[in-house]
Amino acid sequence: MSILLSKKSRIIVQGFTGKQGTFHSEQCLAYGSQLVGGVTPGRGGQTHLGLPVFNTAHDAVKATGADVSMIYVPAAGAADAILEAADAGIGLIVCITEGIPVNDMIRVKEALKGYNTRLVGPNCPGVITPGEAKVGIMPGFIHKPGKIGIVSRSGTLTYEAVFQTTRLGLGQSTCVGIGGDPVRGMNFVDVLALFEADPKTEGIIMVGEIGGSDEEAGAEFIRKHVTKPVVAYIAGVTAPPGKRMGHAGAVIAGGKGTAADKFAALEAAGVTTVHSPAELGSAMVKLLAARRAKQKRAKAKAKAKSSSKSKATAKAPAKSKVKPKAKPKAAVKVKPKAKPKAKAKVSAKATRRSPVKAKSKKKSVRRAR
Amino acid sequence: MNLHEYQAKELFRRFGVAVPAGQVAATPEEAVAAAKALGGSVWVVKAQVHAGGRGKAGGVKVCKTHAEVAAATKGMLGQHLVTKQTGAEGLPIHQVYVEVGSQIQRELYLSLLLNRDRSRLAFIASADGGMDIEEVAEHTPERILKVELHPAVGLSGYQCRELAFGLGLEGGQVAAFEKVMRGILALYLAHDASLVEVNPLIVTGGGDVLALDAKINIDPNAVYRQSDVAKYRDTTQEDAREVEASKHDLNYVSLDGDIACMVNGAGLAMATMDLIKLHGGNPANFLDVGGGATKERVTAAFQLILSNPNVKAILVNIFGGIVRCDIIAEGIMAAVKTVGVEVPVIVRLEGTNAELARSQLAESGLAITPASDLTDAATKAVRLAAGR
Repeated sequence: MSILLSKKSRIIVQGFTGKQGTFHSEQCLAYGSQLVGGVTPGRGGQTHLGLPVFNTAHDAVKATGADVSMIYVPAAGAADAILEAADAGIGLIVCITEGIPVNDMIRVKEALKGYNTRLVGPNCPGVITPGEAKVGIMPGFIHKPGKIGIVSRSGTLTYEAVFQTTRLGLGQSTCVGIGGDPVRGMNFVDVLALFEADPKTEGIIMVGEIGGSDEEAGAEFIRKHVTKPVVAYIAGVTAPPGKRMGHAGAVIAGGKGTAADKFAALEAAGVTTVHSPAELGSAMVKLLAARRAKQKRAKAKAKAKSSSKSKATAKAPAKSKVKPKAKPKAAVKVKPKAKPKAKAKVSAKATRRSPVKAKSKKKSVRRAR
Repeated sequence: MNLHEYQAKELFRRFGVAVPAGQVAATPEEAVAAAKALGGSVWVVKAQVHAGGRGKAGGVKVCKTHAEVAAATKGMLGQHLVTKQTGAEGLPIHQVYVEVGSQIQRELYLSLLLNRDRSRLAFIASADGGMDIEEVAEHTPERILKVELHPAVGLSGYQCRELAFGLGLEGGQVAAFEKVMRGILALYLAHDASLVEVNPLIVTGGGDVLALDAKINIDPNAVYRQSDVAKYRDTTQEDAREVEASKHDLNYVSLDGDIACMVNGAGLAMATMDLIKLHGGNPANFLDVGGGATKERVTAAFQLILSNPNVKAILVNIFGGIVRCDIIAEGIMAAVKTVGVEVPVIVRLEGTNAELARSQLAESGLAITPASDLTDAATKAVRLAAGR
């Protein structure tokens, strides 16, 4: 399993026949993504890259059964393209386009609430489930199927995290570039929830940057609901206030949205932060190793205990240690992450987390259909 | 993109937001003519720069005679105004705005901007106008009022009343305030603003509600469809290197350190600056050459970087995704040859065709210091910039 995207995903491309759309569609096809067609108004009925072109997203979905759309439509028409995809019943819309006016995105974001769809981006590198499908502009070859979920506001910084986790043998379950604009579709919280519920994802790397407070919201969500180890990095410690640093959303406004605030919020939530992006991969390796060691110790301890007790308790070794309602798995998982100060929270966390986990699992199943 | 006060007030008038009568002037003579045309006995001469905090910096003068208007204008024009928002160099004053004096009974604050957490526009108001709103928000948050706008519904009458009564307005002032709010929203949407701020919004002795100051920022993503406000752009108020960069589609921000960086991707560019700082150096700039970096753009980037005399080393950090490292390497070699780089250049290339690019650079015979990874690149840049 993975999140959002798999080899079964049926993908259409809006802005299919343009220069960008053509180039990146070729790359996605070469990676093995299941592209089933594209949309370019006025060119319906033609064939492009061996795939059918449609005038409208509705036509494309009807003919191909597509459930994912990748958008390369230029900024002036991109907001319209997102709405068209949603209206056509697309479940996952990935908008690569950079430079969409903010006021357009405010309206789009509100309108999407009426649809059963997810938007990734705009102004993002896209989504990739290594070895299965790539929907976006990231270089496929640096990825490797594996166990780390990556969520990031920056393109090239995502590639850094991917490159490191590949080199260290961890690989990635799915990588989601949520984009650098101030008003966007999925946020850290949305993606974190999916990674937490995804059995294939064992650890999460989160890459944020200055501007807004989505990292802070992510930190709060992790504190309450995430049991998996999280490593985070925030770019822009040296960014001056009031300046837009490349991304439309990367600006410290009114003293808000500084990297220091975000680091502090994440650390307060028990997240392992790194102050150099070069350490994202190695920090994750350490966290996973520590977690495994603790799990081993817990198992050994439970075993020792059970051998002195009756056979009946041996069947559920961890259960005896936490509150009765907590799942044994959840209890074991929480422990390694807990730092000294967090220790007291463990049992409360475990019980609080279980229902949320079940809920988000259900949601992802529904989406997958 | 920022507008001057006089431009913002032009838009205010067009959208029915009441402002005091005023005229822009570029010479003392024009300023006196403006004062005569406006009439009255008190005028305020205001330096037109893209920065707040003008009053405290001497950029706002109250004048009681035409001679004072001329003198105040003469004193400002051609000078650089240094406010707490400008940095040490300040901003050049090429124009002043001459406005009739207003009798101020109350000073309020009103702004409209995006609330990012909610992806909606919000009006912010406070009875503590004329002050730094960020300080008000920090020290007396209860004195900040806020209403949020539903994208489909827009501004409702009750929201205007909520703010008006919350600010202690009464009688006809309530309706006047609503008119200001509606005008600001219409302007914001029609011109793709990213901020409209009035500080202060005043209540005059006669009970009128007037925008005494006006600040408008336009969403850079929307400038393409805002041709009539795009012409308001005043590049003399922007950093010269940032203006030059925008001509080449480069994202550049000047900083005050001595290690220049050239990076692809905004996030990685920020991270590179942070790495320099983390290893004891100071970045001279933010520079994102973008995903479609060509030889020409890399050369332009080098020229831009080197136009800063403070630069003691250049750190090139490229993660080749779609952009191929060998293309970047060619660009670096061409730039070093044509521009004539005299400071150390440290290059870290990773990703698509990185190995080919590294060998090209090694064989070029140019004085380029290769770096094996991010940490190596940053430490080498810091060391070489320090002359060690």
